[in-house]
Amino acid sequence: MKIEEKLFLLTYKHDKQTHITIRSNEPCVNQCGAQWGRPCTTFCPANVYNWDGEKIAVSYENCVECTSCLTGCPYQNIDWRLPRGGFGVQYRNG
Amino acid sequence: MSEAEKFDAIVVGAGPAGSAAAHTMAKAGLGVVLLERGDYPGAKNVMGGVMYGRMLADVIPDFMTHAPIERVIVEERLWIATDDSAVSIGHKTANSHGEIPNAFTVLRAPFDRWFASKAEEAGALLVTGTVVEDVILDNGRVAGVRTGRADGDLLADVVVICDGVHSFLAKRAGLQQREIEPHEVALAVKEIIALPKETIQERFNVSEGEGATIEIYGTVTQGMGGYAFIYTNRESLSVGAGALMSHFMKTKITPYALLERVKQHPLVRPLIAGGQVVEYLAHAIPEGGYKAMPKLYTDGALIAGDAAMMVNGLHREGSNLAITAGRLAAETVIEAKAKGDFSAQSLSAYREKLQHSFVLKDLQKYQHLPEFIDRHSDLLGIYPDLVNHAVHEMLTVDGMSKREKQKKIWRDLTARRSLWQLLKDGYQTWKVIR
Ligand SMILES: Cc1cc2nc3c(=O)[nH]c(=O)nc-3n(C[C@H](O)[C@H](O)[C@H](O)COP(=O)(O)OP(=O)(O)OC[C@H]3O[C@@H](n4cnc5c(N)ncnc54)[C@H](O)[C@@H]3O)c2cc1C
Repeated sequence: MKIEEKLFLLTYKHDKQTHITIRSNEPCVNQCGAQWGRPCTTFCPANVYNWDGEKIAVSYENCVECTSCLTGCPYQNIDWRLPRGGFGVQYRNG
Repeated sequence: MSEAEKFDAIVVGAGPAGSAAAHTMAKAGLGVVLLERGDYPGAKNVMGGVMYGRMLADVIPDFMTHAPIERVIVEERLWIATDDSAVSIGHKTANSHGEIPNAFTVLRAPFDRWFASKAEEAGALLVTGTVVEDVILDNGRVAGVRTGRADGDLLADVVVICDGVHSFLAKRAGLQQREIEPHEVALAVKEIIALPKETIQERFNVSEGEGATIEIYGTVTQGMGGYAFIYTNRESLSVGAGALMSHFMKTKITPYALLERVKQHPLVRPLIAGGQVVEYLAHAIPEGGYKAMPKLYTDGALIAGDAAMMVNGLHREGSNLAITAGRLAAETVIEAKAKGDFSAQSLSAYREKLQHSFVLKDLQKYQHLPEFIDRHSDLLGIYPDLVNHAVHEMLTVDGMSKREKQKKIWRDLTARRSLWQLLKDGYQTWKVIR
């Protein structure tokens, strides 16, 4: 089962406003690729982060709020905040 | 801004810790507000699913008659597994029921909703869809919280912080001064796989209402420190896997690929065959243990549960520590209210209560384990292989005498790991779990 299919099973209340921003493109370009292989593109369980060749593209609407990017970015370069009240993923089972 | 409302206590987060705290204080007559960022309690919450009866009964003695529990656990199995075999150790009991079952599975969305509704029945005011963004400080003491709502300031004598792993409020209240490190948290993913209840009962050899758990250690985590699990619910299985963040970062294994491989394991596949995946979930688990805990109290605030790193990973216990800590925080507040003193000095009784309970005792017992797992996860690849090889040899009837077999096993073992190394592994492991 592909990750896209897994995420398709989920219920979200989408916010137009993002709750995730990359603080600076600089470490992603200059250091992280060579030294870490941009781990956010692999550890994120909802495939939020993708390298588009120039920068990390953020699909914040996929986010399941596991909070792993708060520790997983080697440069503390992901500004992840709690989605606004009531928005985001809504687990039915949990 | 209009004048902020004032409560005796504000509880942040309607997970097990928060609902236990809110229920306990409300029942004692305190004015309590319970704030939850999800549209309903449980909307954001994930766990494998094994909860423990004793600690829940300490808060809601008759929970068995109305809590949404899935199955009472009658068998727990541990698989030490390679890619195609496992040595299984297990315990099954006919005496698991009693009045309060030792362990049972839950699904957090329905469970958390129920638990929070009990706090409401006891008199707490539950407000959902509301993010607490900051604490309000008054002369250095915590005096309330700022929420994301308009006119969203709330004041209270005390704030009980139960906002879970990676607690933002622990930082804002000054309880946590440093960033959490990648080896101090695990990331776990799981799926809810629907199956008819009869199928589950046949496959796991349990009766109606009863269930089993399987924890799988070994090559399933592909060299990372972690494990996989299968828990039975009424009409579904919770199948998941997790490992330390530091290891996900290093290996570049994606969590969903990890889980897919667990599901393809030849011993797992028949158990989930024909099932339909109905939900996919992910959540972090605080695994830093005792040494990574924040300060537990300050002037006007206390912290409990995952927000305070209260997880005993080796025994997959977290919800029970959260419930007990929430209750003890609440009891501390009730006493502080009677004295009219919410200073750090007065609230320090919380730490003493935790110290007298299993919570701090168990966290202290395993305080060296997190570093050990971070550094020695390779053992999860080596030993399952050795153990399976040894047992497989002993069980293979091929004409070789048993003494010869023993010698061969020993030769194979020491070829992979020297006697010195074996002793060292054994001693080090014993040291961190004794
Ligand atoms: C995959 C997995 C499997 C697990 N398996 C088990 C198991 O089998 N047995 C076991 O005992 N434990 C298990 N655990 C651990 C257990 O889930 C946790 O220890 C337990 O949920 C902790 O409870 P808590 O109340 O402290 O935190 P949580 O359950 O995380 O609750 C925190 C609450 O606070 C809310 N919140 C957060 N921030 C804010 C804010 N700023 N404003 C308002 N609300 C906020 C959240 O939405 C949430 O409802 C598992 C964990 C995971 C991830």
